[in-house]
Formats: sequence, C-alpha cells, structure tokens
Amino acid sequence: MNVFDVIGPVMIGPSSSHTAGAVRLGLITQALLGEPVIDAVIELHGSFARTYRGHGTDKAIVGGLLGIETDDERIRNSMDIASSQGLFYRFEVVELKDAHPNTAIIEVTGQSGKSVSVLGSSVGGGNILIRRINHLGVEVTAQYETIIVAHTDTPGAVAAVTDLLAKQLINIAQMKVYRSNRGGEAMMVIETDQTIDPALSILLGELLPVRNVTVIEPI
Amino acid sequence: MSNYKSVQVLIDEALAKEEPVFQIVLAGQVQEQALSKEELIAKMTETYGVMEAAMHNGLNSQTKSSSGISGGAAYTLNQAHKAGKTIGGDVLDKLLMRALAVSEVNACMGKIVAAPTAGSCGIVPAVLSTIKEEQEISQEQLVLSMFTAAGLGIVIANRATVSGAEGGCQAECGSAAAMAAGAVVEMVGGTPRMVGHACAMALKNVLGLVCDPVAGLVEIPCIKRNAIGAANALVAANLALAGVESVIPVDEVIDAMRSVGNSMASALKETAEGGLAATPTAQALASKIYAMQE
Repeated sequence: MNVFDVIGPVMIGPSSSHTAGAVRLGLITQALLGEPVIDAVIELHGSFARTYRGHGTDKAIVGGLLGIETDDERIRNSMDIASSQGLFYRFEVVELKDAHPNTAIIEVTGQSGKSVSVLGSSVGGGNILIRRINHLGVEVTAQYETIIVAHTDTPGAVAAVTDLLAKQLINIAQMKVYRSNRGGEAMMVIETDQTIDPALSILLGELLPVRNVTVIEPI
Repeated sequence: MSNYKSVQVLIDEALAKEEPVFQIVLAGQVQEQALSKEELIAKMTETYGVMEAAMHNGLNSQTKSSSGISGGAAYTLNQAHKAGKTIGGDVLDKLLMRALAVSEVNACMGKIVAAPTAGSCGIVPAVLSTIKEEQEISQEQLVLSMFTAAGLGIVIANRATVSGAEGGCQAECGSAAAMAAGAVVEMVGGTPRMVGHACAMALKNVLGLVCDPVAGLVEIPCIKRNAIGAANALVAANLALAGVESVIPVDEVIDAMRSVGNSMASALKETAEGGLAATPTAQALASKIYAMQE
C-alpha cells in the first residue's frame, strides 16, 4: 500500500466498489473483445442488482465498455454516449449461486461479430476479480500489469510465450494456466513487473498456438 | 524506513531525525515507488487539485443525486452563512460546507479523491484547505502535510481497516478525521508527538460509529458524517496543538478501533440492514429507489 492508495484513487463517485470497480469490469471486458462493442447484455447480482441505479453501476459498466476510464467525468453521461456510438445494452437482475455480492456477467458482441463473456466481481476499493472468461474459470485481479493469452492447449505453448517474454527482459511475477480440456481452449494469465508495449503484444499474438492477446494495465 | 505498522514508530523516527513526519513518509515512498521526491510531490499536488475542484463544484451546485435523496446541503449552508444565520463562526462553517460539497459531488457521480475512501472523501480536503486559508499557509506546505495524512492512513489500514464493510463508519469517517487531524497539526507547525495525539483523539471520538447507509447508497448519513468528521478533526487538532495529550497511545486506539469493528454486528457494517438504514423512513426511501430500477 502506498500514499496514493490511501489518498486516492482519483475517481468518479459515489462508490469505489459500485462505481470505480464497475468501470474496470467494463474496461477489461472491452479490452478482451479488442474492438468496439455494439451489443452488451449485463447481468447484475446481489448488491449490484439492488443498488445499481443509485450507485451509477449501470453507467459505470457501460462507460467501461466504451473505454472511458474510472476518473473520467463522462461516466455520468455514458448512456448517451453509448446511444450516439451505436452501443446497445440491456441490464438484467439475476441471482447467482455462491457469487460475491458485487458480481456482474457481461456479454458483449463487437463490430466483427466476435463475442466475449466475462464474470467478474468488484471486491472493494476499486479492486476487481474476474472469475470467468467465456467458458474458462480464471482468477484475474489486474493489480499488476496482466497479459491474458488465449491459446490452444498444445505442448510448448507456455514455453513459447515465456521464452519471448524472457528475451524482452520481462519478469513474470505470477502466472497461471487454465484449460477447458486436453488439447482444447486454454488461457494463460501472466502478471509482470514491467509494462507490456503494443509491439510486444503483437509479437505474442503471432506465436503459433496463440489465438488472442489482451494486456490489462493495473489500477 | 517505516513499515507503516505503527504511528509511534513513524513519530519516533521523525523525532530521532528532527524532521517532520511528512519527510519520513516521503523518504519511504521514494524507495517504495521508485519515484523522486519531486515526482511524488507533483503527483500529490495534482491530487489536491482534484480535491479543490470538487470543493468548488460542490459549493455551487444544487444538483440532486440520481437517487434523489441527497444534494444541495453545501449550497444551503453557504447561503445561511452569508446571511449570518449560523453560529459556529467562519472556520466551522467553511469546514462543514467544504466537507459537504466534496461528499455531494461524490454522490452525484463527480470526480473526487478517495481519502481514504469515497464515502469519507470530504474530510481531508475540507480540513486542510480551510486551515490553510485561515492560517495563510502555502499550498506547498499543505501538499506536504498530505503525506503525513497518508502515512497515518496506511498505518490505520494495516493495523485495522479503512473499509466500512469491515469496520463500520469509524473506519471510514473516523480514519479520515484521524488522518486530517494529524496532518493539519503538522501543517501549522505542531510537533510529531502532537500529530500522534491529534490522530488518536480524532479516532477515539468516533469509536463505535456504525456504517448504516440508507438503501446502501453513499448519501444518507454519509454526506453529513463527512461534515461532522471534519469538525471532529478540528477539535482533535485544536486539543493536540494546545498540548492536551491522549492518555491511550495512538497505536492502541487504532487497535481498539479494529476490535470494536470486529465485534460490530454485520447489520451495522455497510449492509444497509441496521441503524438508520433500518428505520421506517429509510425503508420507505429504499423501496422507492429499488422500484426505480424495475
């Protein structure tokens, strides 16, 4: 914890968990999609479901899907911005089993028809925890610079990615690998000490078993 | 270098080096964040700029929050102050209206600095800016004192908590007042020991304060608790500057806050199930707000 964690973050109110954290859930979903969102279905659970209007959780998530940051006053008008940019959204209240009180499932479709589904929770102070990306159970906190690599479960996939990172002098702080089944869809969540520039992200994406690369900056 | 586990350690280090507390915090942050003192001060100055803008915007706004249950208190107080209808004097009025202003900006989805949380964001800026004006202190000195506030806040977060869901309002508005009290004491030239006593007294004043937000929103009673938190900070700072000491040492007060928070029922920790949130009026307001969402 540093001085700007306790006098900070600079954010749009009213709640670090229900507003700032919600913006981040939207931002990460948009980053994973990698293109402008044209359609979003947002399911809210627990305290998110009960208080979303008063806390502006709805505006916050839509703002995040538009790429608006947590300290940007346009969050307040994100619904209007969504309309003018052709983003259609729908909110639904749901009850999920064993979920954190501030949980949302965000399903988005982009201009190319590509879609992504994210289940994430806002766990306090603007911090978040992504528990599912598409069908894969994961754990992403985005407290570090985080690379999310979607790949096909093949021998050498992890080595190819970590080898490239090593050559670029990127130190891995934490890393986890998830897969749906043997030889199926898989995902690496890699937290690094250094920032990942777009050129490196492109290089990672060109590796053979890699299908998609998303880089998430820490809060 | 302080590990931020104890306010007393911070104070002792300041005394040993014959430096203000902010210097100890700043030096520690240079190591931790790999930034220079100048960069850290520049970043904190920027942070204060956001606080100032929120105070200004909130004072001139009569906007209601999106739930409709709050808004316009800072403006109302400012008008009453100008008309001479209040009784606490200039300093108290300014302090209260600024704390209300920032907190109302927060409720209306404006830009604020969590200090330490969004729910308690009005206290530190209100106290520091008001006393800066009253005592003709430079902005640079104010910004430096924010490092003192932050150092105290980190210790409170480490030893106890600054989250209402974990410790009730004493952990949010109580911590903010403790941070503001210690910082303002140093800003006007108080000793490191006085910083510790001010911090301790502000926190002692609100031990046991519950977090009971109506409809779960950061509005009632949070906005007014920011005003009261700012006044609490001033009271504690005044006593400390006069040489009045907290008999219970500051670290023990923080530990007491943690244990009071632990023994508080969950209905009184941000769940909107107890306290003011459970009153008939609050329940009626909550039903109305939930109905808006259908």
